[in-house]
Amino acid sequence: MRESNTIWPGVPSMKKLRTALSENLIAYAFLAPALAILVIGLAYPLITTLHMSFLDYSMGTPWETREWVGLRWFQKLWNDPDVWYSFWVTLRYGFWVVVIEMILGTGLALALERPIRGASLFRTALIIPLMVSPIVVGLIWRYLFDARTGMINYYLGIWFGIGPVPWLADPDIALTSLIITDIWQWTPFIFIIVLAGLQAIPREVIEASTIDGANWWQMTFLVKLPMIKSVLIVALLMRIVDVYKVVEVVFILTEGGPGLETELLALHVYKTAFLSQNLGYASAISMLLLGIVTVLSLIVLSISNPMKTKSDF
Amino acid sequence: MSETAERTSPAHYALVVVLALLAIGPVYIMVMTSAKNQVDMFSRVPLWLFVPTLDNYSTVLFDKKFDRYLFNSLFVAIMSTLITLALAGSAAYAIARKDFWGRGFISYGNLMVRMVPPAVIAVPVFALWARWGYSGRFEELLGLTLFYTALNLPFAIWLLFSFVKQIPEDLEEAAIVDGATPFQVFRLVIFPLMKSGYAVTAIFTFRIAWNEFLIALFLTGRKARTLPVAIQGFLTDEGVEWGRIMAMGTLIVIPSLIITFFAARQIITGLTAGAVKG
Repeated sequence: MRESNTIWPGVPSMKKLRTALSENLIAYAFLAPALAILVIGLAYPLITTLHMSFLDYSMGTPWETREWVGLRWFQKLWNDPDVWYSFWVTLRYGFWVVVIEMILGTGLALALERPIRGASLFRTALIIPLMVSPIVVGLIWRYLFDARTGMINYYLGIWFGIGPVPWLADPDIALTSLIITDIWQWTPFIFIIVLAGLQAIPREVIEASTIDGANWWQMTFLVKLPMIKSVLIVALLMRIVDVYKVVEVVFILTEGGPGLETELLALHVYKTAFLSQNLGYASAISMLLLGIVTVLSLIVLSISNPMKTKSDF
Repeated sequence: MSETAERTSPAHYALVVVLALLAIGPVYIMVMTSAKNQVDMFSRVPLWLFVPTLDNYSTVLFDKKFDRYLFNSLFVAIMSTLITLALAGSAAYAIARKDFWGRGFISYGNLMVRMVPPAVIAVPVFALWARWGYSGRFEELLGLTLFYTALNLPFAIWLLFSFVKQIPEDLEEAAIVDGATPFQVFRLVIFPLMKSGYAVTAIFTFRIAWNEFLIALFLTGRKARTLPVAIQGFLTDEGVEWGRIMAMGTLIVIPSLIITFFAARQIITGLTAGAVKG
């Protein structure tokens, strides 16, 4: 039996080809059911979005009445101040949410790193905000933020003498209220990830730096944080991508208002489709949203691709 | 030498307690409010002690439609979780262990589609659904199941992938030497060792499907409405019925709370799987 083909060097022998082929067949047999669902339930809708972004097609009209309009929606998008304003709102929201959650989550993880009695109970408590349905999160905070009957205003008044704050109605404050809600829900996520990263640092490293006389400051900024750099970057990027998914909480708290002050991009897509009923234009804005998320994802994956097979343990 | 649970300063404990209260507080206030009567609820001073009542729950529960919403939510959450688990395990196994053409593309693409915002899927899903003309209750529920499964698969595959990687390859090789077919290897060797992975994945897929709002809002008519869509209907223009909302919100959150109490460790495994191991 020949291992390599001697007639055409460099071309694999029939036997090798046949093993490769059967390997492929087996692999795709394992993959096929999942791929089928992903194609029908995810790829096909995404292609439909692309297709619809070139169509004049409104909600409630028959599919036959659609009309090809070429790049009209993209031209409109380019000149639409509302879209760019909602992008700007998303950027501001994302900036504050991510910066505050990263600093708070990392800081708390560093402060509470040492194992204590009751730690598991504490962690259970911290997971709760992550598990609550976003719709319910929105409802709870709408209740708390209520200008007249909300508890936040009541205690601000009693303890600090601050008059009723129109948390959700004032254009200058509404976005802050959303940011507070997001910080409540997602800081635990950063905390848990960073804590796991810190606890994965080999003990010898910490001991060696202690022997070398590192103080708390040096230990934190020159040893611990550099060692969990990849964890921090992944957590940061996951949060940035998540900002572009936020709809539910805003939908309940402010519905994008007052004006467009809290209209995040994903909510703007929803409103264009559902309220303006313009599915073609909503699809074009979806493509913009998808483009932004794709660029972000490529950055995430170029920094760390957790599914590469070689060279990881 | 045990230095684990000693030398913890009171400030440390105080911080832990404050943080735990901040995390639980809003959820606790919801549960508390759900047990208040109309008078206590609108008392000017927030009441922390009051005579609890189940009136709000009986209003919500004896509403003829609640059991329907509950059934719809359970149906899509359980079905999509089961289907996701059934399909994701073998796909994760293939990506982790098999060498095939397009492997890089599929693993890369899998991670990319994980980032897709649900809002982007909701618009075409609505258009497709309207075009296909499905409007029956179970057609809509099966449609939701399909889209939730598709939305959950990339994350599930990625999570299970990290569990397959932990299984020593010698086990499979031994099974192959013993004459097992590739499918027997998966069924008899890999599958039993991935039970904890399936448990972790199930929590996350159930959570997504149980909580999802936007696609359900687009896709479902009156009869196939799920709980998150139904609760939002209490926010009427005439006024917000906080008692009922808080009662229903509590009911929606109960499964998540139960899971959190019994499987906190698994949740943390799932949350940290990508960041810490990758």
